[in-house]
Amino acid sequence: MLAGSGGDMQWCFSQVKGAIDDDVAEADIISTVEFNHTGELLATGDKGGRVVIFQQEIENKNYPQLRSEYNVYSTFQSHEPEFDYLKSLEIEEKINKIRWLPQKNAAQFLLSTNDKTIKLWKISERDRRADGYNLKEEDGRYKDPNSITSLRVPVLIPMDLMVEASPRRVFANAHTYHINSVSVNSDHETYLSADDLRINLWNLEITDRSFNIVDIKPANMEELTEVITASEFHPNQCNTFVFSSSKGTIRLCDMRASALCDKHSKLFEEPENPSNRSFFSEIISSISDVKFSHNGQYMMTRDYLSVKIWDLKMENRPVETYQVHEYLRSKLCSLYENDCIFDKFECCWNGNDSVVMTGSYNNFFRMFDREHRRDVTLEASRENSKPLQVLKPRKVCTGGKRKKDEISVDSLDFNKKILHTAWHPLDNIIAVATTNNLYIFQDKLTG
Amino acid sequence: MSAITAMDVNVEAKRILAVSISKLYASRTQRGGLRLHRSLLLSLVMRSARDIYHSSRESEAPIAAAPEEPMDTSSRAEEQTQLPEPESEPQPVANGAEAASEVSDSREEESDGETTEDKENVSPTRQSRKRRGKASAAPDFLPSKRARLEPGEERYAAPLGSCRTMAGESLTTLSLNRVIPAF
Repeated sequence: MLAGSGGDMQWCFSQVKGAIDDDVAEADIISTVEFNHTGELLATGDKGGRVVIFQQEIENKNYPQLRSEYNVYSTFQSHEPEFDYLKSLEIEEKINKIRWLPQKNAAQFLLSTNDKTIKLWKISERDRRADGYNLKEEDGRYKDPNSITSLRVPVLIPMDLMVEASPRRVFANAHTYHINSVSVNSDHETYLSADDLRINLWNLEITDRSFNIVDIKPANMEELTEVITASEFHPNQCNTFVFSSSKGTIRLCDMRASALCDKHSKLFEEPENPSNRSFFSEIISSISDVKFSHNGQYMMTRDYLSVKIWDLKMENRPVETYQVHEYLRSKLCSLYENDCIFDKFECCWNGNDSVVMTGSYNNFFRMFDREHRRDVTLEASRENSKPLQVLKPRKVCTGGKRKKDEISVDSLDFNKKILHTAWHPLDNIIAVATTNNLYIFQDKLTG
Repeated sequence: MSAITAMDVNVEAKRILAVSISKLYASRTQRGGLRLHRSLLLSLVMRSARDIYHSSRESEAPIAAAPEEPMDTSSRAEEQTQLPEPESEPQPVANGAEAASEVSDSREEESDGETTEDKENVSPTRQSRKRRGKASAAPDFLPSKRARLEPGEERYAAPLGSCRTMAGESLTTLSLNRVIPAF
């Protein structure tokens, strides 16, 4: 059903979720966005530890061409703030990552994690209830046994749909450092969790044991030079995973090689361009996200200024590099001062791996069409939020005369950042998270 | 990179170092504890800035002090493509949890191997055993660590056994690696 991205793909506004007012409550800041494997469900996690799941509606009678209407399906508190008494440290309840499990039965399962603990949640529907108990009244009070004179079989009667979320597993106490990634294996039995220095392998059924598969902690912490920033399992090779580092390298590991995968099978690294060297070279080369393509042949990495596509068969350089916001290179010092240089942008592939997307500042997000060598900058804003309103491409003026409709670099709002984006696996529907709002866009079907 | 003098680089390095230090202090009170990744990146920036700062100062006023550090020429400061090694390997910190709070500590100088003295509980009036050199002069970009005096107040020497020496002037010689063992 995925329309080809030929010609000029246009995007329309579909919906926006979240509070309208400018005063953003910290707990409402969206920290992760993820479609499930069919795209029917869209999950968001926030800084307050809550998970909100939206479900795609089959048909909208008012706007039949709006195939991307998502409505709230379930909301639950996944994580609460905790306190580590031994270290006198507060553990934030912010949801760092949500990953869906492939559906096996009527219920849906997802993994959600904060800095220290991963939880497996079961989301199930209940649309029937039992009626006609012998021992209980309608309201649940127990009947006087002496008043019961006959016996009947309770029947199941329809009720309003209720969606329940229950924590089925809690995977705790396995990470000393802050968890940055969770990835479900293609075997559907195991998953990995990665923190700054270690990666652990879990079985989804077993919570009291995990296997450490990567450990880059040096014997002497003063010799620390790099940390793990992201990790992911290969989409169809259950023995393969990658992890990226703060030094801009990606290591591909094969779990068949040894129990501890400290020695990589492949090391992906691009030599630094010496003319770009500055105080901040290390920070901007740190990889904030790594994602395999759906076909498993490529992976994409995001660093502060660019998106790189790597062919898994070629380690010495990426096959494609896309500049997200190169105009920021001369502003790195200011971005360091206002902390923006530490922002961790994510990136994502579309369903057929022909287009990649990532966020930027001023509520801009960027799409790079690999096939047609085209890129576009779009904006998520309430000003462009009429139903099916087509988004106009945006342009940042990098110097010289500013044309009409262009925005100059100095006018960009660095508080409005899009860190999390997601693409429906089977359709041209995207979810883009601004600070506390979730925008859903769909492509304009031509003809 | 043309027409950038050693002076400009020095000023820039100074500013970045000051900003970095204030970020480091601020991160200690952050909810969720110190972030290892962020601390590492901060320390890398600080190390670059510190090395460039030293190199620039070297080129401005070469001092014939005991050469405990490699003498960088001013031209090298401008085209630094690699971070020079830290000049002295600090002793591993036994009490790692306190390392991050010892940013201004002068324990850096213990790398000469002497640990017989109780350097923590040293009165501020005691003569410091730090090596003299270009690095020991107070960097001018740092805020004063001493309390502002109200009119009529007097400064007095803290008794022995009080908090460790507040030695802001040794900030540039501190091992930035100390940030990390906080974990």
